[in-house]
Amino acid sequence: MRRLILFKMAFSSIASNKIRTFLTMLGIIIGISSVITLVGLGEGTKKKVQEQIESLGTNLITVNITSRRTNGLSDEDIELIKTKPGIKNVAPLLNQNGIIVKSGTKTYSTTVEASTPEYFGIRKLEVESGRKLEKDDIESRRTVSIIGQDIVTELFPLQNPIGQSINIQGVDFTIVGVLKSQGSSVGGSGDDRVIIPITTAKRLFKTDEVRTIFIEGTSRDDTQLARGYLELYFNNRFKGDTSQYRVFDQTSLLETATKTTESMTLMLMGIAAISLLVGGIGIMNIMLVAVIERTREIGIRKALGAKRRDIMIQFLIESSTVSLMGGILGIILGYLLANFFKSMLNMSVYISLNVVLFAVAFSIFVGIFFGIYPASRASKLNPIDALRYE
Amino acid sequence: MDKKEKVIIMNNVGKVYSTGKNKYRALNGINLEIEKGEFVAIVGPSGAGKSTLMNLIGCLDTLTEGEYYLDGISIGKMKDNQLAEIRNRKIGFIFQTYNLINKLNVLENVELPLIYMGIPINEARKRATSALQKLGLESHLKHKPTELSGGQMQRVAIARAIVTNPEIILADEPTGALDSKTGIEVLNILKDLNKEGNTIVLITHDMNIALNAKRIITVKDGEIVSDSYIDKLKEVGACED
Repeated sequence: MRRLILFKMAFSSIASNKIRTFLTMLGIIIGISSVITLVGLGEGTKKKVQEQIESLGTNLITVNITSRRTNGLSDEDIELIKTKPGIKNVAPLLNQNGIIVKSGTKTYSTTVEASTPEYFGIRKLEVESGRKLEKDDIESRRTVSIIGQDIVTELFPLQNPIGQSINIQGVDFTIVGVLKSQGSSVGGSGDDRVIIPITTAKRLFKTDEVRTIFIEGTSRDDTQLARGYLELYFNNRFKGDTSQYRVFDQTSLLETATKTTESMTLMLMGIAAISLLVGGIGIMNIMLVAVIERTREIGIRKALGAKRRDIMIQFLIESSTVSLMGGILGIILGYLLANFFKSMLNMSVYISLNVVLFAVAFSIFVGIFFGIYPASRASKLNPIDALRYE
Repeated sequence: MDKKEKVIIMNNVGKVYSTGKNKYRALNGINLEIEKGEFVAIVGPSGAGKSTLMNLIGCLDTLTEGEYYLDGISIGKMKDNQLAEIRNRKIGFIFQTYNLINKLNVLENVELPLIYMGIPINEARKRATSALQKLGLESHLKHKPTELSGGQMQRVAIARAIVTNPEIILADEPTGALDSKTGIEVLNILKDLNKEGNTIVLITHDMNIALNAKRIITVKDGEIVSDSYIDKLKEVGACED
């Protein structure tokens, strides 16, 4: 009850000087809104990266042959890997970046990915129209292709590309399917690619070297088991030279990405914290002025029986109310700003309850911390001197 | 005499202010007893030490020599917070410049000492309202002090002084900022309060004001130079009725 009255008194004294109160709050408003916006953007990016990684499949293991000193993986390697436990599917990938594809007079530079039908299942690729790769395409080394949305836009605007053909390094490939749009994700656009049979590609690019394979585990737990077998297999194959290959699954990728975005968020928070500090100093400054201005009021209160603690609490409530109100306005402003970035700049934003609670708690803390010195000065005033003060 | 029957007992009280090397003696050898229900005026020219005496009686300041008992409690060695509690419970202040808090409305101003006493707000509101009613201010409860006349403000201050039912009401030049008509009204209120049994200590430089009290103590150069009851003065014809 008594605290309630003190709060009411704090409010009335805050309300009696609106412009000054607002200017005092401004530091906190800017600080908190930048925390909310920046952390919101940071968290949004983190969540988006996580979602994208998870959408690639949590049962996915990727093997890269990183060393140029060794040959790539052969068909025998792939057949052997298929027999390992916990493995559902294996897809080799032969990809070539910066390949010019032509259609009539139009040209476009894209990535050509050569693989097997399993590739679609493992990478969760769906076609919008037409079909995916089939076993027969591989066995007969057919010149067929499945193209991404970017290729459609660039080479076949307002046309149905199915049945038409694109020319890759002098060879015509019939378009049999169009991939569903994926949007851009980690590691470039999922729409900017052409998929062709791996057997055809080996001839076309005159290479036998598969340096990337994708493996799908039968379940999440089995994926870890499969990963163990794969590590063992490649360790044997490269005679213990672990620098020549990399086996990794989504868990480790997820961890790395999370760590990166988290450190980014932390850095953004650091910047925002500095502005909060400045805001806090602003509060202390104003509260010190308020103590001097209200010396007489303090004297009256003390004469009427206010103890040091009462005066202290009054000023602390005032300073923390100012900073809390600033904090709440900052949260609202931050929320609006974050949504502005979201809609105008197409950035991912995620404002978690934790961040909001943190902002509220921190703004109260700023108010109390920077209010302590002025409040203690007020509480120590001598009532006689204070009453005499004009 | 038993200390408890007297509201104020001062034994050989002195006050010395020291600022750096300089020492200034404001009060010297004050012996004073005030009984419950008395109406005492402390008069003296400015610089006589009456403000210092008022500050000591009002527990706003601590004495440097002697003993002071207020309602039987020794005030001499009290700390800040203890003095605050004594002021809150035992003393009602009325000041020359009213000393109301302008941000708070009339009712809130009167509630303030009760809130510091720890009285629940509903009870405080009830008591403050009835104190204000007694002073004819029931229609101004929600007004800010700045919206009132000087006389009204002083009545608010009186309501605030009596709301805690204190042992003594300490009025420091309560009419000093008022015109003579309003000043008389305020003095009449004090007289009425005294009739109801309140102990009143009035500090003034003006003998005409002091004559409203029942007992006049004159302070000069930090010492009490006279202490007499008006009834007795009237008996010997020293003052008019």
